[in-house]
Amino acid sequence: MAYNGDFEAAEPRSQGLPTALKLLVAGGFGAGKTTFVGAVSEIEPLSTEETITTASIGTDDLTGVGDKRTTTVALDFGRITIDSQYILYLFGTPGQDRFWYMWNELSEGAFGAVVLADTRRLEDCFPSLDFFERRGTPFIVAVNEFEGGHDYGPEEVRAALDLPPGVPIVGCDARDPRSATMVLVTLTKHLISAASATV
Amino acid sequence: MADYEERPLLDDDAGPLIRPYMASGGRTTPSASLDLLTLVWGTGRVALSHVEPEHAEVLLLCKDPISVAEISAHMRLPAMVIKVLVSDLLERGAVAALSPDPSADTTNTTVLEALLNGLQRRL
Ligand SMILES: Nc1nc2c(ncn2[C@@H]2O[C@H](COP(=O)(O)OP(=O)(O)OP(=O)(O)O)[C@@H](O)[C@H]2O)c(=O)[nH]1
Ligand SMILES: [Mg+2]
Repeated sequence: MAYNGDFEAAEPRSQGLPTALKLLVAGGFGAGKTTFVGAVSEIEPLSTEETITTASIGTDDLTGVGDKRTTTVALDFGRITIDSQYILYLFGTPGQDRFWYMWNELSEGAFGAVVLADTRRLEDCFPSLDFFERRGTPFIVAVNEFEGGHDYGPEEVRAALDLPPGVPIVGCDARDPRSATMVLVTLTKHLISAASATV
Repeated sequence: MADYEERPLLDDDAGPLIRPYMASGGRTTPSASLDLLTLVWGTGRVALSHVEPEHAEVLLLCKDPISVAEISAHMRLPAMVIKVLVSDLLERGAVAALSPDPSADTTNTTVLEALLNGLQRRL
């Protein structure tokens, strides 16, 4: 069979291609997102700039001229080869609140998220929690233990962040690959039990 | 002549973007629908010497399947620029691409178990 487009003709290659899986790492400004992604990634952490359209954002678009503004945000990402079939990509969400709308695009197709809470400023992760709760993206909270931060117990964190009982809370050191990988293991276990609960 | 409507340069924050967007001729709209996680690989059907330098750089990077995000990071160009370059290459048959299935089930336990096993092997 002859194909017109070369795109199709090359398609057989796609049979053996791995499937990309996506997890997100969110949290407030300076909570350790970049560090976390770098610690677990098998490649040096990379960063990309994604362009987003801000046309539908905000409430003051009353001019009717359909002014299409674009802006870019920097995203960190890392990669973990799971097996011959799956590659995990981990994206650190933009830290600044004003880029929250970017998360919509980014969370499209994401399996779940880690919300990093910084013990010096727990409340900084509220926007992330709100976002994933509203979107229905399953998440866990990883408490990144900074020196000089308050030494919270998990239940103190749960109370402070008003987290429902089903959301796992784990401590971590985002600089330590093993610790950060443990966080991903906890997240994946949570995703499995959340998935089984909805069937 | 530049198409001013298409230029992304009117944003307050866009100063440093002028250079990167030159690579895609100022275009910001790729003709194919591509994602950060779209995998791209060379078909070997178009010679490096037959494409523009930026396109050749993309082509070099995708000898093996590679994501748009990784191409963007390696070339230090915004993802949107890479998407434009990749869609040019797609049109010429120089690369093929596979985008993530938007309807893929993110609660698929077979996938999640594979993910869990893969992560635990790293501990
Ligand atoms: N003590 C301690 N320091 C950490 C930990 N994780 C990150 N840091 C440090 O905290 C600082 C900020 O970490 P980043 O990873 O850049 O934080 P981020 O969330 O990416 O920051 P933004 O992208 O600016 O929002 C860096 O100097 C890290 O070395 C941790 O677990 N413990
Ligand atoms: Mg960062």
